[in-house]
Amino acid sequence: MKAQAIDWFKERLGVDAIREVMDHKTVPVHSATRWYYFGGITLFLFGIQVVTGTLLLFYYRPTVAEGFDSVRFIMTRADFGWLIRSIHSWSANLLIFVAFVHMFSVVFTHAYRSPRELTWGSGIALAGLMLGFGFSGYLLPWNQISYFATKVGTDVAGSVPVVGVAIARILRGGEDVGAATLTRFFALHVMVLPMITAALIALHVLLVQKNGMSTPPWIAASRVRHMKFFPNFFLREVMVWYGVLAILGALAAIFPWELGEKADPFASAPKGIRPEWYFLAQFYTLKLIPSHVWIFEGELLGIAGFGAVALAWALLPAWGVNRAGQARTRLVTGAGIVLVAYLAVFTVLGYVK
Amino acid sequence: MLSWLLGGGALASMASFFYPVARFLIPPPVTEAAVNEVAAGKVQDLKPNSGKIVKFGNKPALLVRVNDTEWKAFSAVCTHLNCTVQYRDSTQQIWCACHNGTYDMSGRVVSGPPPNPLEEYAVNLRGDEVVISKRA
Ligand code: HEM
Ligand code: FES
Repeated sequence: MKAQAIDWFKERLGVDAIREVMDHKTVPVHSATRWYYFGGITLFLFGIQVVTGTLLLFYYRPTVAEGFDSVRFIMTRADFGWLIRSIHSWSANLLIFVAFVHMFSVVFTHAYRSPRELTWGSGIALAGLMLGFGFSGYLLPWNQISYFATKVGTDVAGSVPVVGVAIARILRGGEDVGAATLTRFFALHVMVLPMITAALIALHVLLVQKNGMSTPPWIAASRVRHMKFFPNFFLREVMVWYGVLAILGALAAIFPWELGEKADPFASAPKGIRPEWYFLAQFYTLKLIPSHVWIFEGELLGIAGFGAVALAWALLPAWGVNRAGQARTRLVTGAGIVLVAYLAVFTVLGYVK
Repeated sequence: MLSWLLGGGALASMASFFYPVARFLIPPPVTEAAVNEVAAGKVQDLKPNSGKIVKFGNKPALLVRVNDTEWKAFSAVCTHLNCTVQYRDSTQQIWCACHNGTYDMSGRVVSGPPPNPLEEYAVNLRGDEVVISKRA
């Protein structure tokens, strides 16, 4: 009876075909295998964001009048509200950090080579989406710091030549950051970005599945041992997830996320205005560039520079390989090191200055 | 021919879906009466060598009482990236906390990234009332 029922489901769900795929998936074992865990950690943290974000929706109200107070309600009145919000905030930060580790591990192990160009491209798009999540979510508690950070951030978009003013208007829902901006960012944060991200993650993971895990060029592929994905690698990954969850819980419990003061459009920008750490490097760069460089406005120059670097980075699979399709390891590793160094140094400088 | 018709039809129907969506996303203009003058409070409410932010229409303005008799007012919107500036009594300058821009008491940029001076407004005292207005 029980066996019959199981068979009934197996047949209709095509379980055998899925098991077949699962059985054949393997992971190469070598000195860089540990970096294979980071994509999975990113995925796990994204899942945490979906769960905690949905919970926050039960109390959060996306209006200028109530936004701040509804978050305070979550922090002080709703049972475990502080925990849920703190986990959502901490996890967002860890997610972006881990996604960057994942990205740079792909760079330094040269996994962007053919046939994984689209995996790289979808990953870059995901990284952009994660920054979009961070930027839009930051405004939602409607406090002083996030209010001014959003003013600055949308104004950066607004200073792009020709289309900038229109972009800034569409982002803000008007001339200035206000009630219309909050509802827009809310719609983006809880609906538009999650839908696009879910679709892109599906594509990204599907491509990883289809192309298999790459082995770094300095390791002879024929000599590498493989372990089965199910259950060997998967169980290890789950252990890592538990570890990440423990870190997350500890951070949220020991350092609950702060709320700050309610935004007041008619107050001066407070001291210590700064964006989230993952925009700090750019923020500090903008601070350093003088107002005019030769005949150009300094800020425009900075933005053009960021745009050019981002574009070159997205096109890495094009310039990172030679005609024979082999990775230009020195060039790419060098570019990767320069970028990591720039981001690290400027983030720290932006923090201390 | 057939595929051309089908493709064209599909494209046209796509356009008819996306056009209203795009238009919907562009915020409609909000008509606001242009403000040329505001009452910014009483003379005795602001100590010499201090400043405060007041509403000038829907934008912030900075009113500074330089000393007993001298008053200044500026648009408080930093010309760099839109933050709201403040008066610093220690240096007697206008300071923007966002990227450390400073302006002097004529609105000119002294240091930091702002590309342009702050727009200066006229200040008039009517009895004990301070009135800020756009310069003609
Ligand atoms: C939301 C963010 C992301 C998620 C959830 C995610 C998820 C994953 C997962 C689960 C894997 C398989 C395990 C692994 O190789 O670590 C993977 C592989 C990969 N990811 Fe991502 N990823 C994200 C962002 C990125 C970014 C930012 C990049 C780089 C631009 C990227 C590029 C790649 C590449 C090229 C692979 C294949 C690695 C190989 O085959 O050796 N991903 N990703
Ligand atoms: S916004 Fe004022 S200095 Fe940048």
